[in-house]
Amino acid sequence: MLDIFSYSFMVNAFIVGVLIAVCCALLGVVLVLKRYSMIGDGLSHVGFGALSVAAVLNFSTPLYIALPVVMLAAYFLLRITEKGRVNADAAIALISSSALAIGVFVASINGTNIDLQQYMFGSILAVGQNDIIISVVLTVLVLAVYILFYNKIFAVTFDEGFARATGIHTSVYNIAVSVLTAVTIVVGMRMLGTLLISALIIFPALTSMRLCKRFITVVISSVIVSVFCVIAGLFTSFYFDDVPVGATIVIYNLAIFLLFTCLSFIAKFSKKK
Amino acid sequence: MSLLKVQNLSLGYEGKVIVSDISFTVNEGDFLSIIGENGTGKTTLVKGLLGLVSKHSGEIRLSEGVSQSHIGYLGQKNLVSKDFPASVYEIVMSGFLNSKRFGLFYTKKQKQEATALMERVGITKLRNRTFSELSGGQQQRVLLCRALCATTKLILLDEPTTGLDPIATSEFYSLLSELNKEGVTVIMVSHDVTGAIKMSSHIFYLGKTESFFGSTHQYLHSNVGKDIMLQGCPCDSCAHKEKEVKQNA
Repeated sequence: MLDIFSYSFMVNAFIVGVLIAVCCALLGVVLVLKRYSMIGDGLSHVGFGALSVAAVLNFSTPLYIALPVVMLAAYFLLRITEKGRVNADAAIALISSSALAIGVFVASINGTNIDLQQYMFGSILAVGQNDIIISVVLTVLVLAVYILFYNKIFAVTFDEGFARATGIHTSVYNIAVSVLTAVTIVVGMRMLGTLLISALIIFPALTSMRLCKRFITVVISSVIVSVFCVIAGLFTSFYFDDVPVGATIVIYNLAIFLLFTCLSFIAKFSKKK
Repeated sequence: MSLLKVQNLSLGYEGKVIVSDISFTVNEGDFLSIIGENGTGKTTLVKGLLGLVSKHSGEIRLSEGVSQSHIGYLGQKNLVSKDFPASVYEIVMSGFLNSKRFGLFYTKKQKQEATALMERVGITKLRNRTFSELSGGQQQRVLLCRALCATTKLILLDEPTTGLDPIATSEFYSLLSELNKEGVTVIMVSHDVTGAIKMSSHIFYLGKTESFFGSTHQYLHSNVGKDIMLQGCPCDSCAHKEKEVKQNA
């Protein structure tokens, strides 16, 4: 059973996977509750575009190009959404598909060695030493922000008007959340894939909200669900050859979401009786 | 003692003046209602008082011991999504945020204070309930409790009874009245003029062309206020006026 850890690439995948799962869950709760879920989706596509362009231009570590680009995109997407314009969601969809198109176009030019399949659906083998360092730093940062400012994060998420009235600089929190999300997505998308990473942000929070009715319990439950799905997905894809890890993790998320939904119906039903 | 003094205040966004040349004073223990038609800038004025809109000219002077971030604020219609997972207790406690910098835990004193305030506004039993499952009246009381956690000196309410049924509205009003009698200074923006007149000691009317500030009694007998004169006003001057009108007719 534990021979899985005799492969160093699996150990790397476990470390990065679990850390990214924790970050995705924590940030996802805020993003989902603030109705910023689309930002996560948009960012993964921008990340794909940036990684492809960086690879074509032969940068040794495309990550260093993708990170600042996606952070910048996070800031802009946030601004678009914050202003509450009617077509904010349309603007995000536009940006995602454009970035995706640029990525695919660039990757298809003759003479490049980009593996589209790997970018779209992720691969355990894409995880390197760099990713471990970045994900450790990122997780420490996300956890520190969450623990130190937990109450303020709650206040800003729940009622921005009141938070601003009590002197909290809400835009700082919004920018911090979107920049951290940007880093999480860029690191996570290479393992889980462009098309699947946003599921990791949205699913745990939504799943937890089926059963948990307090903010703190939603946060804790999201982390547990998220980490469980990543670990289960990694084991499954290791023991069933050729099963892509990203898709497996998303399917686990879906299964738990359905399970929690059923449980919430049962709870409601039994309460009525 | 004056708690808040606004003098010749003008406010607006991006160079556009929305409210101009406003003056009024709020003393400790007052109940000031800010009334006026839609689009006259009541909400802008509230934001100005909270320091969220920069002022063009004039002055907002708060007495010592009160700061803009220490005004208990109950905003216009909370925009909380329908299924937001938050318990009543979590929301009430977030009122203390202006008095702490960071950290995961609230102090013991704050917890005791919150418990007392929850008892005061009658939501002790709701403590562990989910906010989104409560009725509109209960939700407003929770948010009022949060505002009181921020301060029990001066609370600022922006149309707190919008969307409440008549019973919940009158319950909310009587709670406000009681708090006011216990020494909490209240500033309330309201659409409900009759309710505002019954409750408040002072009225600030914000009109498109003119504004008025004075005691409720003065307001009722002023040019702007006489249109909404309550029927059967008991004061002498009204009876006198009625007689005059009859004689002229």
